[in-house]
Amino acid sequence: MSSKKTLIDKIWEAHVVREKDGEPSLIYIDLHLIHEVTSPQAFEGLRISQRKVRRPDLTFATVDHNVPTTDRSLPIADPISKQQIDTLRENCHMFGVPFADITSADQGIVHVIGPELGLTLPGKTIVCGDSHTSTHGAFGALAFGIGTSEVEHVLATQCLQQSRPKTMQIIVKGKLAKGIRAKDLILGIIAKYGTAFGTGYVIEYRGEAIQALSMEERMTVCNMSIEAGARAGLIAPDETTFAYLRNRRYAPAGEEFESAVVAWKELCTDEGASFDKTLEFDADSLIPQVTWGTSPGMGASITDTVPNPADISDPVERRSVELALQYMGLTPGTPMTEIKIDRVFIGSCTNGRIEDLRSAADVVKGKKVSSHVHAMVVPGSYEVKNQAEREGLHTIFVDAGFEWREPGCSMCLAMNPDVLAPGERCASTSNRNFEGRQGRDGRTHLVSPAMAAAAAVAGHFVDIRTFA
Amino acid sequence: MDAFHKHVGIAAPLDRANIDTDAIIPKQFLKRIERTGFGQFLFFEWRFTPDQQPHTEFVLNTAPYDKATILVAGPNFGCGSSREHAPWALLDFGFKAIIAPSFADIFYNNCFKNGILPIVLADDIVASLTELAKTKPGTELTIDLEQQQVIVDDKTVYTFEVDAYRKMLLLEGLDDIGLSLQHEALITKYEQDAPFARPIA
Repeated sequence: MSSKKTLIDKIWEAHVVREKDGEPSLIYIDLHLIHEVTSPQAFEGLRISQRKVRRPDLTFATVDHNVPTTDRSLPIADPISKQQIDTLRENCHMFGVPFADITSADQGIVHVIGPELGLTLPGKTIVCGDSHTSTHGAFGALAFGIGTSEVEHVLATQCLQQSRPKTMQIIVKGKLAKGIRAKDLILGIIAKYGTAFGTGYVIEYRGEAIQALSMEERMTVCNMSIEAGARAGLIAPDETTFAYLRNRRYAPAGEEFESAVVAWKELCTDEGASFDKTLEFDADSLIPQVTWGTSPGMGASITDTVPNPADISDPVERRSVELALQYMGLTPGTPMTEIKIDRVFIGSCTNGRIEDLRSAADVVKGKKVSSHVHAMVVPGSYEVKNQAEREGLHTIFVDAGFEWREPGCSMCLAMNPDVLAPGERCASTSNRNFEGRQGRDGRTHLVSPAMAAAAAVAGHFVDIRTFA
Repeated sequence: MDAFHKHVGIAAPLDRANIDTDAIIPKQFLKRIERTGFGQFLFFEWRFTPDQQPHTEFVLNTAPYDKATILVAGPNFGCGSSREHAPWALLDFGFKAIIAPSFADIFYNNCFKNGILPIVLADDIVASLTELAKTKPGTELTIDLEQQQVIVDDKTVYTFEVDAYRKMLLLEGLDDIGLSLQHEALITKYEQDAPFARPIA
């Protein structure tokens, strides 16, 4: 066997606790993130079996999915939401797990605060009962979502039984043009290769266009790996990564940081190492993306039109497109730029970070939200919110007519009161356009923050490259 | 978790690709803190109108499919969210097995943790099972995990692949946390040597 290894191999091999032929490996988990929706049954399982949390010191919890994004000093209106939040607080107290509560300055979407706090570090294995855990791969960590039974398994053992994943590299060549963002890149990749090409694989994103991305943008790309079917996606750490991590609260400090950087520089795919699969993607020709259907792969360029099912030969795909267009209330042949919207949501673990808000604020500065559009910005965390307010971004949004909210997952999955009404059409910076995702019979179009901001102003989708 | 050996049940066709976990169990029902009681919310927005009346044309609302225990679905079943509420809802409704050309990873894994058997069969076989379930309502399939077979009748038997370790856990109904804890000495040794197994705070 070749001694040349991929980054994925290196992290995997460093975490194997036990291997035996015919059985999955037992791998060690360095960081376990917890939120209120997928953890109560896991803690209950521990209580029933009289087990402890093995490493509460490698575990960190917050509330994000269910929290209202309005005034936090008011009581939570929905009693079931409140019960779930209260249950997590009690569980963290009972088992000694660090907890960023709803009013904590550290609260935010779990995938936003992990990196901000320096909990997310290169080379770690990171899990959470949430499919968008792949976000943390942006730092060169092996990070993936798990179900509640596995949450319980990690709480009890700090390990997981896992089969070694297959490895895939996606080489993104060229350079993203002005106005084209990481969101367009990952939507473009999924539109080209589909929503299941990553099933069974961990993806390493490579190439000059990837190296040029900021940490925020890398997180956007890795975040949506799950929308390609891959449980994890990662990017080798480099100077951009190290600069982001320096002085983060839980990252190593001082000399320890410098020696960590030396170790982190080893976290790269060796020249000549082989992957199970290789794909290429051309960044140069990418145009801003908009989804038109009910699966993240149903996307197109802003210069395209809504597809016609009659043009599709594969019967399964044709049927999917028919159902999607029916649900979305769209007519084949309609130019993307003629699709009118009712709502705009800027936020989520995909695009709720400071750079995302800066990019949206740049677009709306001095402009007004279209009179028929209801638009809101939900920062990914209190740190993002506070930073945005220091920069005056909130004033730009509020002056333009956006609502400026408290942090949480909000309308990405609409578990809290932020929900689309039936038939409402939304330009959303989130990650899923599934039927009912943002509210029953709500219609979601996935776009970048700049595209969402421009749509808010115009009242319909526009090409950000020519929007002034 | 209940052990799974052999199961005989009615097949229900759900002929769509990319059925995501938001469709299987919409988010408004994820707020419970128990593992049980989710069956009433399964495929909620397909099963019920906005004013909570059953959609009469939806397959699981019509006899005999309302008694189905085997779901036959399109490719990439269970994509999207990692919510284990999806297999909990399927199980609580009565499903013991799901047959599809492919499954999303996290959902596939979650099924085994709950005693549901996800079975991958080729596109054309799934298509013919879908057709059979549609044209002969109430058709019973036999699923034999030991033999790794889906048995339609005496002449028609399909063999499926399943990971040997997962098969063993399902046949025995074993708790994998208990199995992992048998290796506690190895976990402790790993922690003593590992670079990252140190407190975060």
